[in-house]
Amino acid sequence: MQLPPALCARLAAGPGAAEPLPVERDPAAGAAPFRFVARPVRFPREHQFFEDGDVQRHLYLQDVIMQVADVPEKPRVPAFACQVAGCCQVFDALDDYEHHYHTLHGNVCSFCKRAFPSGHLLDAHILEWHDSLFQILSERQDMYQCLVEGCTEKFKTSRDRKDHMVRMHLYPADFRFDKPKKSRSPASAEAPGDSGERSEGEAMEICSEPVAASPAPAGERRIYRHRSVSELFLKPVLNMCSVLRILGCTWAAALLILNSERIPSTICFGQGAARGFKSNKKKTKQC
Amino acid sequence: MWSRRQGRLRPTVCGVEELRRRRREREAALRKARREQQLVSKRLLRNDAPEEAGEGCVAAILGETEVQQFLRQAQRGTEEKEREGALVSLRRGLQHPETQQTFIRLEGSMRTLVGLLTSNQALLQLEAARCLHELSHSEQSTVAEACLPATSYLLTYLSSHSSDFIELCLYTLGNLIVESEAVRRQLLPQGIVPALAACIQSPHVAVLEALGYALSQLLQAEEAPEKIIPPASASSSILASTLPQHMLQMLQPGPKLNPGVAVEFAWCLHYIICSQVSNPLLIGHGALSTLGLLLLDLAGAVQKTEDAGLELFFFQKQPSLLPEGLWLLNNLTANSPSFCTSLLSLDLIEPLLQLLPVSNVVSVMVLTVLCNVAEKGPAYCQRLWPGPLLPALLHTLAFSDTEVVGQSLELLHLLFLYQPEAVQVFLQQSGLQALERHQEEAQLQDRVYALQQTALQG
Repeated sequence: MQLPPALCARLAAGPGAAEPLPVERDPAAGAAPFRFVARPVRFPREHQFFEDGDVQRHLYLQDVIMQVADVPEKPRVPAFACQVAGCCQVFDALDDYEHHYHTLHGNVCSFCKRAFPSGHLLDAHILEWHDSLFQILSERQDMYQCLVEGCTEKFKTSRDRKDHMVRMHLYPADFRFDKPKKSRSPASAEAPGDSGERSEGEAMEICSEPVAASPAPAGERRIYRHRSVSELFLKPVLNMCSVLRILGCTWAAALLILNSERIPSTICFGQGAARGFKSNKKKTKQC
Repeated sequence: MWSRRQGRLRPTVCGVEELRRRRREREAALRKARREQQLVSKRLLRNDAPEEAGEGCVAAILGETEVQQFLRQAQRGTEEKEREGALVSLRRGLQHPETQQTFIRLEGSMRTLVGLLTSNQALLQLEAARCLHELSHSEQSTVAEACLPATSYLLTYLSSHSSDFIELCLYTLGNLIVESEAVRRQLLPQGIVPALAACIQSPHVAVLEALGYALSQLLQAEEAPEKIIPPASASSSILASTLPQHMLQMLQPGPKLNPGVAVEFAWCLHYIICSQVSNPLLIGHGALSTLGLLLLDLAGAVQKTEDAGLELFFFQKQPSLLPEGLWLLNNLTANSPSFCTSLLSLDLIEPLLQLLPVSNVVSVMVLTVLCNVAEKGPAYCQRLWPGPLLPALLHTLAFSDTEVVGQSLELLHLLFLYQPEAVQVFLQQSGLQALERHQEEAQLQDRVYALQQTALQG
């Protein structure tokens, strides 16, 4: 089907359709034996009309199996260490590093070193565990917000909130990111199979010193979060990662690193052009 | 979109014939499944080095002891590499349905896996998520339901910052959703719709495509039209969320359009619209104009990539495109003088006529669209005459398919009525002989006779 070449240009020029031609029907048009009537046609979803299209869709979904085998292996780079103070993890792939950083250092409470999967849960934790103003207010009004995205219910106690989450949202009673403050039992008291607590303990060892131990009013505490300090070191790396990802060139990232003798000066990894990450001593208290 | 996927196919040891045969088999299986209303397909992400075609599977089926061993090692091993390796071995074993069954029957196995999923060891977390992903691909709904303890965490991780991880969680969720209603009954109160609505703002294309996939699986559910789509279902409602606007945004043609993403969201929209819940709401969001512009954009892209004469080949590869496109055109033109006028003023009649030889189904639809135009009266028929229409009709009268011929007769009738000059030319071009062929056909007789009379009197 050859579309008129001018068609796209005319359509791109936008609406401004001419006046529709006048409609003038002759009753003989629909007279027997002729029976045509112009009418829109509706098909229910499971109608056979859509069979071909549905089959195409499912072949497309299934084809992914054949093709994922071709996804190039994660590009490997010369090993480098995580730059966050006290973290000794080593990586040889940017993807792994990015995941590590986000999991372990991304949303970390600077008071108790707990890591959270999202800013939202970290904020709730800081409020409920480390904010004395919150404690005071919660005596007078419902302050414990439901943790489920989209739910605006608030509760008097964390216990009430947990009950709500279990009953209304079918969340597990031992939801990992809603441990009540008092019942943090030592790892040994937990069942041996519970690696949740154990891993939490490990997280505390890996992220060492608090970057600012002094108490501060509730509003200001946020700026001492671990994340904001480490961003100074890691932002260039992460920006490079994310920019390259946006370009869809994970290969290019690897090639850039592998092929360059020196890292271009426009990409700053901290001090100098050294491949390894040296921690910047200015901000941390550790020696 | 198609070329992107096909570009990732590597040459295999199998010949082209073998591939075609497999594809035909899969297609037949899909058609059968659809007729039985059992059409379920899932996506699987596997990052292992590909096994050579023809050799045995690299991974072996794991027995109960081995599964237990790997779980224990992953949980309590001293060295991180050792723990990760144990999970990798478990994941490979889980490629087999037998291992999956063994796993879910083992007491405490899911609890351990969920513990690893939520640990702070990033690589363990990732491997645990991959194990879950393998499980999600199972065709047994018991396996999908065994993954229920993990869903709240999968949803929580959708608001994390690691895009690879989010992508994996989304595909896993999508697979679980389509497998079992029990899973959907849990995910909806757990807040999957708000979680997806938050996640759709991600800048990562891979995440968006995965999200589209998961959402399309949710919308495909049988209970979707009552429980998931309507605005009245409060927090679990798709239409009440910001998802429709974002979906339409991702379908805007232009340099930012990503084909893989667009495909998924187009399917999401398809399921929403088919459910007929609240289409005016979608139209209010600009659905019609977005989709219309996108169609044009795609058609233009097809034009550019295909050489003249290969367009039909393209349609053979995508057999659903033409009928569905023509169906759309029918619905647009049926009751709309302005659409009919546009069809005429944009010189689209001739291209439509070129589609007549494709198939009988397509012929009937093309003729129906033309009837929609012609029945609007003399002003419209004047624009259909003179031109390629009459020769085309004489040609279709030679077809043997009754429906095609019947629709041709309807169109002829309208043409003769509103544009009487056409009768003479019809006669000159042996129109009567063309009609005679069908005068014994029961379904056509009356109309053939009527047209013969009109022609002879004209």
